[in-house]
Amino acid sequence: MMKETPAKEDIEYWRWQEYHRVLADKSWKNKDVITAGVDVGSVGSKAAIMIDGDIYSWGVMRTGSNSPESATKALNWALEGTGLGVGDLKYIVGTGYGRVNVPMANKAITEIACHAKGANYIWGPKVRTVLDVGGQDIKAIRIDETGRVVSFLMNDKCAAGTGRGMEVFADLLKIPIEQIGEVSLKVAEEPEPVSCTCVAFAKTEAMGLLRKGWTKEKVLAAYTRAMAIRMANLINRVGLEKELVITGGQSKNMGIVTRIEENLSVKTLPSPDWRGNGLDPMVAGAIGAALLGRALYLKSQGS
Amino acid sequence: MGTQSVKVVILKDGHVLSRAKAFSGFDPSKAAEDACGEALKKAKLTSSEVDHVTATGSGMEMATSSDSTISMMGADARAGVFLFPSARTIIDVGAEEARAVKCDDRGIMIDFVVNERCAAGAGAFIEAMARALEVKLEEMGPLSLKAERASPINASCVIFGESDVVTLIHRQESKPEIARAVFDAMADRVSSMLFRLGLTPDVALFGGAAKDVGFVASLKRKLGVDVFIPEQPEFAGALGAALVAASRVK
Repeated sequence: MMKETPAKEDIEYWRWQEYHRVLADKSWKNKDVITAGVDVGSVGSKAAIMIDGDIYSWGVMRTGSNSPESATKALNWALEGTGLGVGDLKYIVGTGYGRVNVPMANKAITEIACHAKGANYIWGPKVRTVLDVGGQDIKAIRIDETGRVVSFLMNDKCAAGTGRGMEVFADLLKIPIEQIGEVSLKVAEEPEPVSCTCVAFAKTEAMGLLRKGWTKEKVLAAYTRAMAIRMANLINRVGLEKELVITGGQSKNMGIVTRIEENLSVKTLPSPDWRGNGLDPMVAGAIGAALLGRALYLKSQGS
Repeated sequence: MGTQSVKVVILKDGHVLSRAKAFSGFDPSKAAEDACGEALKKAKLTSSEVDHVTATGSGMEMATSSDSTISMMGADARAGVFLFPSARTIIDVGAEEARAVKCDDRGIMIDFVVNERCAAGAGAFIEAMARALEVKLEEMGPLSLKAERASPINASCVIFGESDVVTLIHRQESKPEIARAVFDAMADRVSSMLFRLGLTPDVALFGGAAKDVGFVASLKRKLGVDVFIPEQPEFAGALGAALVAASRVK
């Protein structure tokens, strides 16, 4: 069937890539402890399948308006092409904003514990601070060398400065969401950050600046900078200890990552090449959930 | 010159001759010209016959044909006492800002509070929730009046609230109860803002949100006092500016 290119107005610039991956060099046997983590975020639903504590496959998709349905879809997406079924999973942990709505889960665990554990898995025991930036959450988490949470802070009052604002900008400026970070870095000089990062006002904020004659790049730079400052402040409040890593959807936004690094005068551990063979920092919560699920399963078996 | 629409009032010897409104859009200056043109036409006047133009609102500097400006609070205070001589507290809830003004018997502002940089206490909150509930904005108010209680939602942030509304819909909570929660949440924000200012009766309510029966009901319940609402509350700011303009004519 012919695939038609959508008309320019119909392109949904905010829409990021949904995908799934099975690590081909791995296989599973019946005696393995196979666990799953399902992270239903406000914007993205992620699921990871782990075999004996090693990542095997994962899936990333948009959260729909129905959390239980999104959880099921994400899990099936991660299982696709593996030959595994839900019945093969020894333990399933639900996490994220919609964690209580993961129908097949054995247990729900907060995304804070899961991102901590997941970051420890992805980057190793040197990680001490995790910044997780999702669709409507910003969390700064201090962890120990085993990936356990020491303390954390989050934006509990409002969604200002979270990923949702970027989607509004992508749509308004007609820049695909996955390029928005790079575009925001194309300014000769950093503009002053915008004074208001309220997601509900993002559109008026941007229109005001465009009206002043600012370029798209400059508008994006000003907004991205303000977001990064909010995030850096949260990290400072929880107390920055190296190494620092960023998880969640905004870990892919280089405009954010670069500005946080500049603000804190510290380099983050680089993200794996998720477009290639590496793990996806957006899946950290689901990975952590699956790992915690394995520990719970083993405990229940008395080992 | 509001964030969502531009409103124009033409006044002659203390009587309103005409009103007009246009969406601010990308070019508020143009919207102001259009609205002024329409108001002049309705009043059968030409722009040279107008003695003084005073602009107000968040985009007041974009009203290119104005002779002077007045703060939004100043305009609210002036219009408040003009419309309701006993009014001493004026609440104005627009698309993106909520504010409350305390004034004296001459309509001079004494003190004010604003809810800025956050959409949770402003009209944008109702709009976002109406979208999430998939009901028309103007249906929100009547819908909420059918509720006996309010469903719990996060009222501190539009974005959090939206997610909560979606969850509640899937839990099959009734739409009237969710709508009621939205207005209760708004009324909470406005009353906590008033708490900082102190509530001096009588109270008048201006701005687009004053047209919403659901919000008005929640606010009255919350404040425990009656609230005066003019016939076209979204034009109150423009009326205040016109009154100021009249006093500035030599």
